[in-house]
Amino acid sequence: MRKLQILTIGRHPEILQTVVRLINNNPDWNCTGVITDEEAISAFIARRFDLVLLGGGIEKPSEEELCNAFKAHHPDIIILQHYGGGSGLLTAEIYEGLRGSKLG
Amino acid sequence: MAQSILHKAETRGHANHGWLNSYHSFSFASYYNPERMHFGALRVLNDDTVDAGKGFGTHPHDNMEIISIPLEGDLEHKDSMNNVAVIKNGDIQVMSAGTGIYHSEYNKDREHRVKFLQIWVFPNKKNVEPRYDQITLNAEDRHNKLQQILSPNAGDEGVWIHQDAWFHLGKFDKGVSKDYQLKLKGNGVYVFVLNGDVKVNDQQLHTRDGYGIWDTDSFSITAETDAEFLLMEVPMEF
Repeated sequence: MRKLQILTIGRHPEILQTVVRLINNNPDWNCTGVITDEEAISAFIARRFDLVLLGGGIEKPSEEELCNAFKAHHPDIIILQHYGGGSGLLTAEIYEGLRGSKLG
Repeated sequence: MAQSILHKAETRGHANHGWLNSYHSFSFASYYNPERMHFGALRVLNDDTVDAGKGFGTHPHDNMEIISIPLEGDLEHKDSMNNVAVIKNGDIQVMSAGTGIYHSEYNKDREHRVKFLQIWVFPNKKNVEPRYDQITLNAEDRHNKLQQILSPNAGDEGVWIHQDAWFHLGKFDKGVSKDYQLKLKGNGVYVFVLNGDVKVNDQQLHTRDGYGIWDTDSFSITAETDAEFLLMEVPMEF
């Protein structure tokens, strides 16, 4: 079965690394972590992602630019704000995002 | 007309990690319940017991207002802003995780457990500069009174956070009743009973029950036994 492909963007390298590791603890999920907008857009165009997590430190203009770029390339992409930077909320955020997309 | 939701104590999520016994009022870590995601901006209410000599190793947070209220024992806090502090029963600790913070929390006591509430509130502003504070509360100020312990204002009573939230503690003798006036239109209040039996309007609550009430300007809280409780007023839309 294909793993759920998650792209996570966050400006804090150590927190990003932690979030990627925590997501990859789930055997059905695969996470790619990037720091810059350029890396995010390149990765998004190069691979098929199911869900994007917007982590800490992303300024509003960047957030809007990223969302527009992702939607232009893949209109149904699930884009979620990630809060907390650790294990507490991650799983529920992703499940809720998937549930929301199924509910339409 | 006021709306409400009741979360009985025994319906909370539960995770026993051996050294940590935690009850989750809302979805947290491996506990996921779509019906229990948050109450307005209140996202996490964990009722934690940490064994003697154990604790949470260094771990990160960002973009969250994190409030800890020790109920029993002492917890040592260390963070990436070089804060080293011990929080004990009677204190309240607040961290604005903002752009990112690392911290650890340990029960240094080799004999006694620590019990504390871990509360996370969504911030009203993302990517703020990380911040830490703790204060010692005067227990007398909540005896048969509502003691404000948190607000959005740095100059106000208690600690402050980046959200239009107000928290109050009460320690009421049996029979004491007070009205609570909400501070802001659009806010709701999540009542969490620390011990004893209380009534919020006509709703009976027991130890560790949670009760959310919104679309109202005020409500009454009455102690049916000697009781302690926490009121968390938060925006319902944020």
